[in-house]
Amino acid sequence: MSRQDYEACENGWAGSRQDPHMLNIRLYVPAVLFLVTLLLWNGNASAFCGFYVAKADSKLFNKASEVAIARAEDKTVITMANDFKGDVKEFALVVPVPTVLEKAQIHVGDAAVLKHLADYSAPRLVEYFDANPCRLLYPESRSMDMMGKASPSLQREREKALGVTVEAQYTVGEYDILILSAHESAGLETWLTENGYRIPKGASSVLHSYIKQNLKFFVAKVNLGEQAKLGLTHLRPLQIAFESPRFMLPIRLGTVNADGPQELFVYFLTRQGRVETTNYRTVRLPEAQEIPLYVKDRFGDFYRDLFGQQVKREQHRGVFLEYAWDMTWCDPCAADPLSGEELRSLGVFWLEPHGRPGRGPQAQNVFLTRLHVRYDEAHFPEDLLFQETSDRANFQARYILRHPWTGQDDCTAAAAYREQLYGRYEQQAQTLATLTGWNISEIRKAMNFGARPTTDEKKWYQRLWTN
Amino acid sequence: MCFNRLVEHISCRFRSFDPRLYQIASLSTLLAYGLLWLHFDVSILQITLTFGTALVTQYAGTRLYKLPAFDPLSALVSAVGLCIFLRTNSMAVAALAAGIAIASKFTIRWQKKHIFNPTNLALLVVVTGGLGWISPGQWGQAAWFGFLIACLGSLVVTRAVRADVTLSFLGFYVVLLITRALWLGDPLTIPLHQLESGTLLIFSFFMITDPKTTPDSRLGRLIFTLLVALAALGVQFVLFRPHGPLWALLICSPLVPLIDRCFPGSRYDWARPSKGELTPPLSAPVFVPLSISSQQRRIS
Repeated sequence: MSRQDYEACENGWAGSRQDPHMLNIRLYVPAVLFLVTLLLWNGNASAFCGFYVAKADSKLFNKASEVAIARAEDKTVITMANDFKGDVKEFALVVPVPTVLEKAQIHVGDAAVLKHLADYSAPRLVEYFDANPCRLLYPESRSMDMMGKASPSLQREREKALGVTVEAQYTVGEYDILILSAHESAGLETWLTENGYRIPKGASSVLHSYIKQNLKFFVAKVNLGEQAKLGLTHLRPLQIAFESPRFMLPIRLGTVNADGPQELFVYFLTRQGRVETTNYRTVRLPEAQEIPLYVKDRFGDFYRDLFGQQVKREQHRGVFLEYAWDMTWCDPCAADPLSGEELRSLGVFWLEPHGRPGRGPQAQNVFLTRLHVRYDEAHFPEDLLFQETSDRANFQARYILRHPWTGQDDCTAAAAYREQLYGRYEQQAQTLATLTGWNISEIRKAMNFGARPTTDEKKWYQRLWTN
Repeated sequence: MCFNRLVEHISCRFRSFDPRLYQIASLSTLLAYGLLWLHFDVSILQITLTFGTALVTQYAGTRLYKLPAFDPLSALVSAVGLCIFLRTNSMAVAALAAGIAIASKFTIRWQKKHIFNPTNLALLVVVTGGLGWISPGQWGQAAWFGFLIACLGSLVVTRAVRADVTLSFLGFYVVLLITRALWLGDPLTIPLHQLESGTLLIFSFFMITDPKTTPDSRLGRLIFTLLVALAALGVQFVLFRPHGPLWALLICSPLVPLIDRCFPGSRYDWARPSKGELTPPLSAPVFVPLSISSQQRRIS
C-alpha cells in the first residue's frame, strides 16, 4: 500500500478532511465489488445419482394419523386420512373448525391419492455402486460431491337445554356430518356422549377453550345405509374446505387421556414454499448419511429407531421435517410426483383444471412439505401453529447404501481403495449406531467385518516408504 | 445485600464501556449457540455480507449526512440481530435487509430520532416481500433458562439501560397471556409454553429496548410497552398471524413522537446512558440533543 493509499484509508476512517471525489470513489468501490460478488453466487442444482431402493412407510408407526393440508391465501383444504380398523358403527370424529361449513365445503376424498402422497414423500433408501478405482480419472469422492335417537322436537329441546346448536347437518358419501356450536363445554360434552361420540375424560376443559375461541365442531359418524349402498369396505378420507387466517392443527383433544404419545404426519401443499411450526422447533432429520449395506432388509426398523433417537435428542418437543420438495419432480423418486388431478382432489385449488393448453407440469407451482411429529400432552401443550415460508430449498430424508467395488483388478489405486474400505465400514457402523442407538458391536457383527475381502495390511512404515 | 453489592460492583466495573458492546457480545454468543448447537441455516457468507453491508451503509450514511464520526456499534447490533432472525436462501436478500435496516435510521426520522427499530423494520419488509422468513420456533425450549440468564446478565452489565422497557413489556405480556389462559380455561402450561420462546426473550431484551426508538420518559415507555404487548397479542390471537411482537413494535413505533410530546423526557445518548429523567437545562446542556447543532448529530 502506498503512502497516499494509506493516508486515504486513514482519512476515510476518521472522516474529517478529504476530497469529495475521493469519497465518491470510496463509496462506489465497495458497492461495485459487492454487486460483483452478488453476481458470482450461483446456486448449483445438484442431482442425486443413485437408485431408489426402499421407503419408510408411515404405517411403521403405531397410532399414526395422516393429514394433508392444501393452503394459499387463507383458503384451506384439510384431508383427514381414515384408517379406522374397528366396527364402523363405533367410528366417530370430532374436529374443531373455524367456521360453520356448508355442504359443498365437505367432501369425501380418495384414500389412494393420500397414499400416493405419503409414498412420494417417504424417507428413502438409495444405493450407489463404487466404480473400478483403476479406471477412475477423478478421486472416488467426486461421484458423491456431484449429488448434490328421540323425536326431532324433543331432540331440539335437549340441545337447547345443553346449550348446543346444530348449525348444519349433512350426509356426504358414507358419513353423517353435523356442525355444532356450543355455549359451554359441559353441555357439549353431554350432548356428544348422549349421541354416541366417545369423548375422553378431561376433554371438557379443552372443549371449553375451543368454544371460547369461537371454534365450531365438525362431527362425523358413518351412515351404515349409505356405506352399504356405496359397497365400500373401507372408510374414505374426509375433506373440509374453509377460508380462515388460522393456520393450525388442533391436537389437544387427541392428547387428553391418551395412552402414550401419538404420531402425526402432516403433508402441506402450498404455493410459496416450505411450512414450519411457529410455536415448536421444526428440525430437519439427519439425511444423506451412509449406512451399512445390511440395513437394506431392515430399513423400516432403521427409520423407526432413527426417528425415536431424534425425538429424544430434541427432548420430545421437536417437529421433524421429512420432505420438502417442488411437486414437479423428485430425485430419486420413491413414487412418481402426483398428477394435477390428484393434487386438485387434495385441495390444490390454484392449479388449473386438466387440459388447459400451455400448462405443462412445470407450471404446477405446488410445494410439498412433510412434517412428522410425536406428541403428548406434557410436551405439546398447545395446538400446532404453522407458517408458510418462502423457502423452496429441497430436502429429503435420504439414506445411502454404498456398494464397494469387488473387482479383482490390481493397480496402486485398487490397493489404496481396498485399504480405505475398512475406515469407511467403521464410519458407517458408527453413523448407524449414532442415528439409531443400536449397539455398535452388534452392528459390526452384522456387517461381518471379518469376512470382507482383505488385502495384505501394510505396516505404517511400509506406507511411509512406498518404494 | 451481598447480591446487591455484587451487582453494584459489576455495574461500576463496566460503567466506562458503551452498553452496545455488551449487546453485541450477548447477541453474538446467542448466534454462536444457534449456529453450533441448533444448526441454524445461516452461512458464514450470509453473516459476512450482513455485517459488511451494515457497516458500508452506516459509513455511507455518515458521509452523506455529514456526521462527525463513523460509529459502527449500532450497525453491528443491527447486523447481529438480522443474522439471528432472518432466514433466506438468497445472499442478495441478506445484504438488502442489512441495507434497509441501516438506511432506515438515516431516512425515516422525526425530530432527530429514527422512528423504527432498524432490525425490526428490515425483517418485516423482507418477510412481507416473500424474500425471506423468520423461524420463531427455532430456539426450542431446551435452553430457555440458560437463555433467560444470559439476557438478564446483559441487563446488569448494560447498566440497566432501558431495563424498564424490558421488564414492563414482559410484565404486561405475561399478565395478558395468563389472563387469556384463565379466560379460556387453559392449563397454565400453555402460557408457560408461549413464554418459553428464545425469540420473545431476544425481542424483549435486545430489540424493543433500543433507546433511540422508545419514548424518552419513563411514563411514556410504560404506555408504549403496554401498547406493544396488546398489539402483539392482537396480531397472534385476533388476526392469527405469526411474529406478533415484531409487528406490534412496527405498528407502535410511529406513536413514539406523540408519546414524547405528551410525556417529554431527556433524549438518550449512547455515550451517556440515562433513564430519561429531564435534565435541568443549566446543569448539562451539551447532552440535550435538542441543543446540539446539526453538525453534532449522532445517528445510532
